[in-house]
Amino acid sequence: MDSIYDVIIIGGGPAGLAAGLYAGRARLNTLILEKDSTGGQIVITSEIENYPGGMECESGKDLTDRMVRQAKNFGAVIVSDTIVDVALEGKIKHVYGEKDSYAAKTVIIATGAKPKRMGCPGETELTGKGISYCATCDGSFFEDLEVFVVGGGDAAVEEAIYLTKFGRKVTIIHRRDALRAAKSIQEKAFANDKICFMWDTVVEEFKGDGILSSMVVKNVKTGERKEIIADEDDGTFGVFVFVGYTPMSALVGKNLEMDGGYIITDDNMRTNIPGVFAAGDIRVKSLRQVVTATADGAIAAMQADKFIENNL
Amino acid sequence: MLDLTKENFEDEVLKANGPVLVDYYSDGCVPCKALMPFVHSIGEKYGEKIKFTSLNITKARRLAIGQKILGVPVIAIYKDGEKVEELVKDDATEKNIEAMVAKYL
Repeated sequence: MDSIYDVIIIGGGPAGLAAGLYAGRARLNTLILEKDSTGGQIVITSEIENYPGGMECESGKDLTDRMVRQAKNFGAVIVSDTIVDVALEGKIKHVYGEKDSYAAKTVIIATGAKPKRMGCPGETELTGKGISYCATCDGSFFEDLEVFVVGGGDAAVEEAIYLTKFGRKVTIIHRRDALRAAKSIQEKAFANDKICFMWDTVVEEFKGDGILSSMVVKNVKTGERKEIIADEDDGTFGVFVFVGYTPMSALVGKNLEMDGGYIITDDNMRTNIPGVFAAGDIRVKSLRQVVTATADGAIAAMQADKFIENNL
Repeated sequence: MLDLTKENFEDEVLKANGPVLVDYYSDGCVPCKALMPFVHSIGEKYGEKIKFTSLNITKARRLAIGQKILGVPVIAIYKDGEKVEELVKDDATEKNIEAMVAKYL
């Protein structure tokens, strides 16, 4: 461990990167810690169309790569490490990684969320064997095969549209009788010949020996169960799951006030611990998008600056 | 690190002497790209004892499915023509990969 930073940002997604950019610009000694690759959840999206001022037909990764360059240009340092413990109370905050330990006057928690699993039998065993949470990673496996998408929000419908590039047929399985996705996305899906719908349906079980071969679905209104079996010639089919997100607060949430795993903050991103802020999807909030994450990051950074000025 | 194709997979992996690591990835798979530099670096470290290879499944789909790979990234170890161990997607962390490789040195 070297010097004491002004601010440590845990998480290198849009919230963390925006915080890094603003903190750097305020000439704070800024460290961003990221355990995987920078960019956060949006990097697996092939096209992001609703980030204000975003380029047309741009991938999530290209957008966040620009955020990384920007943050670095303003002096933020990005280090690859996985946080295993934190000690956030007290004047100096400590963050312990697998590779090193770090200390700072303030901490911004921007750890985000990860895709939620459905939690049904066979799901874990058959992940990567027919079940996927990443259409851009795995769509190409299912060229000319049948593909199912579970979910009814923006992600599920957008990824279903993307998957029509590969699958010969894409079926959206949704537990309700209407989609939650934005109307413009719904319109695109309904107009797409390759997409059909299984309404009021949930998946109960996945089956297969080393590779997905069938799944049991249930109609939640009638209670009727059906087993969907892979076409004999195909041998398998793809199931892409987009049913929400789980907050990544397990390790960093010690002594923080939380609600359902999400960190509670005020309008200024302040948590119940002085000098500790939260930004992005990890917060209790009504809308989780790249644009709200970056806004949070900027506010958190400026609040961290103010905190240091007033307290240290 | 050796680039595999569907043509040389059998010779380079299944018929190889000693353990072979295969880094399965696809075009457009961002998590796969993020993992590559690390796999390359341990390839340099342990390349004498284990053969390090990679396969872009976008051009070898049927081969990958035949190897029970339907999602990437996957880091797999082959020995005597059989896939003996693999780390799939979220399990393919730097820590887990290095620990798995250590077993076959």
